[in-house]
Amino acid sequence: MSGLRVIVGCKRVIDYAVKIRVKPDKTGVITDGVKHSMNPFDEIAVEEAVRMKEKKLASEVIAVSCGPTQCQETLRTAMAMGADKSIHVEVDAATYENLQPLHVAKILAKVAQEEKADIVFTGKQAIDDDCNQTGQMVAAILDWPQATFASKVEKVDGGLTVTREIDGGLETIKVKVPAVLTADLRLNEPRYATLPNIMKAKKKPMAKKKPADYGVDVGPRQSVLKVEDPPVRQAGSKLDSVESLVAKLKDAGLVPS
Amino acid sequence: MATLFKRGHHMSRHAVNILSNTLRNNHSRLHKRGILTASCADPSNGLGVEQRQIQQMALDFAAKELAPNMIEWDEKEIFPLGTLREAAKLGFGAVYCKEEFGGTGLTRLDASVIFEALATGCCSTTAYISIHNMCAWMIDDFGNKELRAQWIPQLATMEKCSSYCLTEPGAGSDAASLSTTAKKDGSHYVLNGSKAFISGSGEADLYIVMCRTGEAGSKGVSCILVEKGTPGLSFAKKERKLGWNSHPARIVNFDECRVPVTNLVGSEGQGFNIAMKGLNGGRINVASCSLGAAYAALEQARDHMKIRKQFGKPIENFQYLQFRLAEMATQLVASRLMVRNAAVALDNKDANAVALCSMAKLFATEECFKICDYAMQIFGGYGYLKDYPVQQYMRDSRVHCILEGTNEIMRLLVSRDLLTER
Repeated sequence: MSGLRVIVGCKRVIDYAVKIRVKPDKTGVITDGVKHSMNPFDEIAVEEAVRMKEKKLASEVIAVSCGPTQCQETLRTAMAMGADKSIHVEVDAATYENLQPLHVAKILAKVAQEEKADIVFTGKQAIDDDCNQTGQMVAAILDWPQATFASKVEKVDGGLTVTREIDGGLETIKVKVPAVLTADLRLNEPRYATLPNIMKAKKKPMAKKKPADYGVDVGPRQSVLKVEDPPVRQAGSKLDSVESLVAKLKDAGLVPS
Repeated sequence: MATLFKRGHHMSRHAVNILSNTLRNNHSRLHKRGILTASCADPSNGLGVEQRQIQQMALDFAAKELAPNMIEWDEKEIFPLGTLREAAKLGFGAVYCKEEFGGTGLTRLDASVIFEALATGCCSTTAYISIHNMCAWMIDDFGNKELRAQWIPQLATMEKCSSYCLTEPGAGSDAASLSTTAKKDGSHYVLNGSKAFISGSGEADLYIVMCRTGEAGSKGVSCILVEKGTPGLSFAKKERKLGWNSHPARIVNFDECRVPVTNLVGSEGQGFNIAMKGLNGGRINVASCSLGAAYAALEQARDHMKIRKQFGKPIENFQYLQFRLAEMATQLVASRLMVRNAAVALDNKDANAVALCSMAKLFATEECFKICDYAMQIFGGYGYLKDYPVQQYMRDSRVHCILEGTNEIMRLLVSRDLLTER
């Protein structure tokens, strides 16, 4: 069991604090000159992988990011937190606009095979597209068990016990490794990278790859028709009595007349 | 999305960061970061990849660990030792000390970027961290190997905090006239005298004392370490201050206070030089704290202009305030460029580093104080309330024009450099 090799998917997304603006032509959102950071759920996955290494459950933590050159900054952050090395799979900006969870899942699956990984760890979803698909797809492609929405991960003989956050409460399952895990919000609280570790991270190895190196066709399977702002809340009106409220509700057919 | 919202009351500080884009507009005021990101006032402009990463980490720490507490620390005059040690764990305790004994080994420019970022969360607390850094550096740069090995590890982690003791009740700008004495008696120095306005005093464990071991004037001054608990070392009552309330200031008294001669930093007579060298960096540090306070004040004023409505529209639509905001940002960026330029000069040991540090401190601390004051004005009556942080940035940054050498002394140093025959 000791010496698990862990791959962590690290997506670069628009920072959570940024106010999202839709492009005037409605083809997507504005990303130029906008602050980006690591997807917070992926950050939780990195933290968990690093803790597994600190507990000597894992032998190596490898951060992977697919996207334009700036993804290297995201990978440096992962390495400053404690990942041992990283792989940047470069996808140019134009192609990246149509890069979908299936593409990333295929790449992560291939990386997992090449790196002889025991665990593929990702955030449960990215905060930009909210897809919540990549981890599951990796599991399907590799035919590995999956433990998604993890809020607790423990080592047991022959595998891992994972507590999952589900709609009804918490579900505890056991999975054999190799397996795919996705991190939920309460799994841990990611650390701050220390100054010395930020400096050391720049000396850690970062491999530069292309999707073609993994034989993955990143041609789009879907096309985005349009992206729009959420509807603006309609203005309400103030009523002076309960009677007029009931009348309004009846008019709107919301209560039986 | 259901799993995201469950058990909301358990949400940790980090959870606030995490919610998906549908929640982006609902985050708390204090945890907000980077509204001015990618604007002309963004402090990451012009920095390299590692510096930006360091800056981001410091900004995150400021937003999560300092900003939510700054009002309480100010009001209750709390010295946040636990938070200081958390900061030190990340490498903020001895930023520009060498790595040999536990320093972080970064440059003055890195330190400036860090203190600016931290000060956005609490100017006063960051100012104390910066003073502690200056003290650690003085020992690291001028102390012998034994002193460095003894003190740097404890100072870097802030297990021990330090205070810089130069000013006396009767010796401020004319620091070389200081009258605290240290007389050699066998293997000890015996100190007598008082130091005034000492930041951290009473709480700090180590006092770096400039005292007279020889002739009158600057050449007779030495730098000696005095540990808390040494018989003869005592503290007067805690001063009541306009700002800088998250760390105490007291008069420090020495009455037949005996310390081993091995506590001498550098050599006898080198003390004034050590004190001034420390202050060059100290001036960049407080100026950087001013930058952070001004940046936070600017950001909050900008935010307020979008929310506050008068005469039927948000006040961001009034040209007077638009122009004021533009001037504030311009003053800020100009200040920042001067501070970073001086930090680089100090890193490079440029011949004119002293004058450049003085200029930067003079300009940045005065302009940034004005920015905080203007920000308070934009907030109107609300700005004067202690519920809003702008008045605190204004109060905390005011003292930067007075200490680490008054801005009048900065003018003296700059003019002296200009009038020197070369």
